[in-house]
Amino acid sequence: MTRAPGPGEPSPAPVEATLRVNGVAHRLHLDPRTTLLDALRERLGSMGTKKGCDRGECGACTVHVNGRRINACMTLAVMHDGDEIDTVEGLARGKDLHAVQRAFIEHDAFQCGYCTPGQIMSAVACIRECHAGSRDEIREWMSGNLCRCGAYANIVAAVEAAAGAEAANASV
Amino acid sequence: MHPFSYVRERSVDDAMRAHAGDPAAAYLAGGTELINWLKEGIALPSRLVDINRLPLAQIEVTPSGLRIGALARMSDVAAHPAVRAGYPALAEALERSASPQLRNMASMGGNLLQRTRCPYFRAESELPCNKRRPGSGCAARYGLNRSHAIFGWSEACVATHPSDAAVALCALEAQVRIAGRGGERAIPIGDFYRLPGDTPQRETVLEHGELIVAIDLPATARARRSWYHKVRERASYEFALVSAAVALELADARIQEARIALGGVAAVPWRLTAAERAIAGAPLERGPLMAVLATAFAEARPLAHNAFKIELAKRTLVQALEIAGAMR
Ligand SMILES: Cc1cc2nc3c(=O)[nH]c(=O)nc-3n(C[C@H](O)[C@H](O)[C@H](O)COP(=O)(O)OP(=O)(O)OC[C@H]3O[C@@H](n4cnc5c(N)ncnc54)[C@H](O)[C@@H]3O)c2cc1C
Ligand code: SF4
Ligand code: FES
Ligand code: FES
Repeated sequence: MTRAPGPGEPSPAPVEATLRVNGVAHRLHLDPRTTLLDALRERLGSMGTKKGCDRGECGACTVHVNGRRINACMTLAVMHDGDEIDTVEGLARGKDLHAVQRAFIEHDAFQCGYCTPGQIMSAVACIRECHAGSRDEIREWMSGNLCRCGAYANIVAAVEAAAGAEAANASV
Repeated sequence: MHPFSYVRERSVDDAMRAHAGDPAAAYLAGGTELINWLKEGIALPSRLVDINRLPLAQIEVTPSGLRIGALARMSDVAAHPAVRAGYPALAEALERSASPQLRNMASMGGNLLQRTRCPYFRAESELPCNKRRPGSGCAARYGLNRSHAIFGWSEACVATHPSDAAVALCALEAQVRIAGRGGERAIPIGDFYRLPGDTPQRETVLEHGELIVAIDLPATARARRSWYHKVRERASYEFALVSAAVALELADARIQEARIALGGVAAVPWRLTAAERAIAGAPLERGPLMAVLATAFAEARPLAHNAFKIELAKRTLVQALEIAGAMR
């Protein structure tokens, strides 16, 4: 979609927008057609967020905008001037992985790993929303993230474990 | 993607002004439909007017019911305590729609204006489709039409409307508030959508440049005993094959008043007004309900591949009535 304009398609005037990605502000001049996903990957070189379908159907591009999970392929970057955007690259604190990242490793919750950044970002939000109370609830509220390798059983186990660990920490 | 300019507005007046100057302008809310159309070349706007910062995201209890701003997100509406308690059919319809990520993005106004999921309409390389290119024909009429309409279709188009929320809103007797050049008007949702006729590309009564500002819901006893039952081909994250929304008032385990709308069967939420009258006084039991509803489907006109929808819709409706009837 960031292809060069075809014949008779003048390039639209660039629009200025500041994307705050994992706490760092980036002032960009953007072709208004650029999706948030393409801005992250192609303008900022932030490759953690994946492109699967580019149509809102798979969840590989899940990021958080102002704390809420969304599909970065279905929104334009210029719509997010000033918004706080969190990607999978921002989860770990130095060498300390996020609890959900650790749970995914411990439960072997992936095969090829392509869907994993989206699964993890979705899972962090799912737990924060209190939608991870049972396996059924996790399956329903993680249904926006498809896994072509079919690692679902282990993904559900990882989310359940991470949600349980968080609840245990909260009650201490 | 076709080139377009982009402006962001902060008030209803400014947004309508920015739109009015351009016959090929489009409002941009959550973008989950519009950006899809831009990618597929289904829409070719020259200017996008971003309305996300208009003050239309509120959900407020009013003396007569509930007002939901056009920019309220599906997830926020579904989670709102006044919606869950007073309009459970709407909460259920929204929570069974799309995915958590999409519901965080998608607005209520945009939800009403989503377009059919007919695969010919959405084809990556263009196929005959009167909605997409008026006059080009309808590939579904004699093509694969399993997911298409059984009521109200025309030779020009046999598509269904995909919104779950619109079906619930129809049974809940919602009104759509529209801002236009002459001020604001309110239209019952049953009159908001148009049957295809000869102009299937015109799907609603909204005129170019008009803005949906809110959805109004009346507070009724029926709305509190309302339900939305969605049947689809996978457990989640899928559009309805058929669905039923009902709102009931009971007296002595019998239906006193009912509102009924079906989804996945027509280009509009399909209100069954004759069945609503016929069902008054019926006991909440499967056998009698099935018998009363038999005539409601007499006017169904199935296509080559979707006759199964008649029986499926009937059973889905009876199940919705049973669930609503059992609510406390
Ligand atoms: C993978 C996928 C699965 C989905 N599954 C479901 C499902 O199961 N059930 C379901 O109901 N929906 C489903 N949807 C559709 C989704 O609900 C809609 O895309 C969404 O509600 C559109 O809202 P939006 O704010 O993103 O609209 P936009 O894309 O911003 O706009 C859509 C249209 O409405 C116009 N518009 C928007 N707001 C206004 C306004 N206030 N006044 C006037 N015009 C306006 C725009 O100009 C555009 O023409 C799905 C979508 C996807 C991508
Ligand atoms: S059913 Fe309607 S949307 Fe589908 S191909 Fe025919 S005209 Fe187009
Ligand atoms: S890449 Fe965004 S949902 Fe598939
Ligand atoms: S691990 Fe391969 S797609 Fe999920």
